[in-house]
Amino acid sequence: MRKLPRKDAVVIGLGWTGSIMAYELCKAGLDVVAIERGPWRDTATDFPPNIAPDELRYGIRHDLFVRPAQETITFRNKPSETARPIRRWGSFLPGNGVGGAGVHWNGQTWRWHPWAFTARSSSEQRYGADFLPEGTTLADWGVTYEELEPSFDRFEYLCGISGKAGNLQGRIQPGGNPFEGPRRRDYPTPPMQQTHGPSLFAKAATELGWHPFPQPSANLSQAYTNPYGCRLAPCTYCGFCERFGCGNFSKASPQTCVLPVLVRHPGFEARTDCTVTRINLTRDGKRATGVTYTDLSGEEWEQPADLVLLCAYQFFNVRLLLLSGIGTPYDPATGEGTVGRNYCYQMSAGAQGFFDDQRFNGFAGAGSVGMIVDDFNDDNYDHGPVGFLGGQSMSSIITNARPITSHPTPPCTPRWGGPWKRAMHDWSGRVMNLGIQGGILPYRDCYLDLDPTYKDRLGNPLLRMTFDFHANELKQGRFGVDKCVEALRAMGAKTVVPNYREGPYSVVPYQTTHNTGGTTMGADPRTSVANKYCQSWDVPNLFLSGAGLFPLNAGFNPTGPVGALAYWAVDAITERYLANPGPLVGRP
Amino acid sequence: MRAALLGLLLLAPLVARADTQDVTLIERGSYLATVGDCVACHNGPAGTMAGGRGIATPFGVIYTPNLTPDWDTGIGQYTPESFHRAMHDGISRTGAHLYPAFPFPWYTRVSRADTDAILAWLRTLPPVRYQPPRNELPFPLNLRVSARAWNDLFFSAGYFEPDPTKSAAWNRGAYLVEGLGHCGACHTPKNFLGVDQGGRQLQGGSLQGWWAPNLTGDARQGLGDWSADEIVQYLRAGHTPRSAASGPMGEAVAFSTNQWAEADLRAVATYLKDLPGAAATRPQPLAADSPQMRAGEAIYLDRCMACHRRDGQGVANLIPRLAGSQVVQQEGPDTLLRLVISGVRSVATDQEPTAPAMPSFGWQLNDQQVADVVSYIRNAWGNAAPAATSGQAGSARTVVARP
Repeated sequence: MRKLPRKDAVVIGLGWTGSIMAYELCKAGLDVVAIERGPWRDTATDFPPNIAPDELRYGIRHDLFVRPAQETITFRNKPSETARPIRRWGSFLPGNGVGGAGVHWNGQTWRWHPWAFTARSSSEQRYGADFLPEGTTLADWGVTYEELEPSFDRFEYLCGISGKAGNLQGRIQPGGNPFEGPRRRDYPTPPMQQTHGPSLFAKAATELGWHPFPQPSANLSQAYTNPYGCRLAPCTYCGFCERFGCGNFSKASPQTCVLPVLVRHPGFEARTDCTVTRINLTRDGKRATGVTYTDLSGEEWEQPADLVLLCAYQFFNVRLLLLSGIGTPYDPATGEGTVGRNYCYQMSAGAQGFFDDQRFNGFAGAGSVGMIVDDFNDDNYDHGPVGFLGGQSMSSIITNARPITSHPTPPCTPRWGGPWKRAMHDWSGRVMNLGIQGGILPYRDCYLDLDPTYKDRLGNPLLRMTFDFHANELKQGRFGVDKCVEALRAMGAKTVVPNYREGPYSVVPYQTTHNTGGTTMGADPRTSVANKYCQSWDVPNLFLSGAGLFPLNAGFNPTGPVGALAYWAVDAITERYLANPGPLVGRP
Repeated sequence: MRAALLGLLLLAPLVARADTQDVTLIERGSYLATVGDCVACHNGPAGTMAGGRGIATPFGVIYTPNLTPDWDTGIGQYTPESFHRAMHDGISRTGAHLYPAFPFPWYTRVSRADTDAILAWLRTLPPVRYQPPRNELPFPLNLRVSARAWNDLFFSAGYFEPDPTKSAAWNRGAYLVEGLGHCGACHTPKNFLGVDQGGRQLQGGSLQGWWAPNLTGDARQGLGDWSADEIVQYLRAGHTPRSAASGPMGEAVAFSTNQWAEADLRAVATYLKDLPGAAATRPQPLAADSPQMRAGEAIYLDRCMACHRRDGQGVANLIPRLAGSQVVQQEGPDTLLRLVISGVRSVATDQEPTAPAMPSFGWQLNDQQVADVVSYIRNAWGNAAPAATSGQAGSARTVVARP
């Protein structure tokens, strides 16, 4: 192993949070190196607009995702089962390379409700402690929406998010989301133009007494220059967003929003195709001394640094803490330990409507062009009568009628041959999907740890996921699907097919890449990995980022709070930690 | 390396040298070398200013010399006099005539004070012992005597003469444009001998597979429609609401004009804005319903419209505007053909860090299709320029395929 010259800060993973935090630290005068497991990726050279829209290469063959041969996880539903490695990604698609999941996301950008950050105390207060589902390890975040509001604002203005405010400083705005927390100002750019399907949904939803509003979108409605001076172009509604890089400079990503200025900063250096295998600690385990990584030639390097930022994808952050011996691994038998605790997935389901008298153009769309109903999400209504906690956002989003994956036919249609072709032809442009994205509460038996059997090519144990749906979420999902059915009927669909999500959870069909928890933040070091500033309780010169910090999963996409927490944490570092590099919160 | 340093130390006192502690002179020399964009040609495989970069001329490849102060392989033995002679007369220290790939036909206008400053700065660089490759020129051009003949026939040395009827800014701009800036090296059309075409100063021309645009006051092809502010913005940032620098001009912005003093950029704009318009007369645009225009439009809608928009307006400072564009309407389609075939990345600067690229369509469009879409762009939205042919597209493809 070769030891390299010391850096002020080492960033593990150069995605959204890694690039934001690296740039803010560079601006504060630090010498920063980012170490990224995957390759360099750049809009102009990696996904120009005449290369990017390739469904087979990116959508089916997973070009932008980490190859399971490089790093994967093992999975089981219950602690009593033996986990097996995932050899082809299915249910979720972890990114790889510079930009991370920020390259291939859809761009749906949310501020989570104020409720989410205090879900445990708020729910106990409103419904009583007995209302919480059995076995839940739900916890508050230690930080509130009000504290994070300026950071949400910064992330939205970094991206140029296109949307319509629903709550401006406490005043509800027509046309926006009336359930959102108060925001200081409107979105930086106006909402995207809606296509026919979402407009029809919005009309029906309004007639049902619901409150539809345009999806806040990181596919931009108009040209935008962000505070760093990076420029974005208007979205072309080509619809190749999720699983694809955007070649038109229209989707907010590390490539469009941060990297152009970051790579020009003299304080910054990136090392790609390098896998961090350990965060190194002092002999007493109280401080990080840097990281050890392996390059693609198999050579091992030690990078000393005063400050370590853990900015990889949620799974891999959990794994690296476990491999490095930082914190206490969570033990479901005793309920003690913190690393790997509160892993949550999401409840994704929906319904499909077949219309006799409508024509939807599936080829004009984007990952975030659509209308949303938030009436049934989180704690936006009284859950006493429904008997479950949490909820879901309902969305009508037409991304793109991509030919390999998009050819819906009504139930009972043969799956091949002439009748299938005729049905595909006849129903082309006459099908509309409504989707729900439901939150999931943490449970004692849903967690992440190191697999006792399977190792990666470097000899390190893989991460093991133990997860299944619980009754509270199955009930919540059925409630949401029934609402979708109601909406599609109101829209005039001839046939409506509900797609309930039943247990047990399967990692095979794609559902969502919104994995959360495992490195949670909180106010109590016995149940959380990081304090309210995303600083490790155990190693104060280690800061964490990403959705692993979330103690629960809500009915929204995670990127908004992921970006906000990156600003929140890096502000704490530059404004407070650097002057006095110790714990920012004392142990209670 | 050690031997070279020793040699330098032993022999240095024998050579008349500028004061090595005259930091004002050295810093001015550094700035002037940036204005002259010396690094564009003299940065090479062995490092900063160590030469060895191959310059593709119509006559063959010429490798730039090592300008670091190495005694044997660099400019260690140059005096201010011999250095000035190289810049002013195109004659090396040993008396050899330099090939005009070295832009001494422009540098001849540079003052002695300025060449002294540049040499003073060059002498502060770390000496690199590196002998660039031999030029790849055919007989008889490989003989230095041919350079002498060229110089005798086409070159006349002479300092810049200020025009007392013009402002100080105009004269400074003229000194920079016609001297160190050597804008005409690309932007003045050349004949087959590589000689400026008489009376066509800065009217643009074909060069290394690009068409260096017309810089005169003509509105359709030149800078007549550009404000002085926009010229400054272009040279500083590389991007304006209508255009983006890429290719050789992208390099010129990145290495040179981006770092010019504001007053010097203003001076250049003042001078250029005062040049009278001179360009070919506006041709009759191709009829919108001609087969080539219709074929080109169909390709444009499929391939180009998403970024450049249906109306050819592009996106300010990001995606160049095609409607009314001077670059689009140059006499020759070289640049457009090249951009469509091979694509190009625009320049990134601190002022404009996002540097979008034109993708390569050479793998998707054949020569006729390239010619059709280029002809459409050159004649749509009020544009007017001669159509491109598939033969021209084929030639452009050959040019961009060269290493």
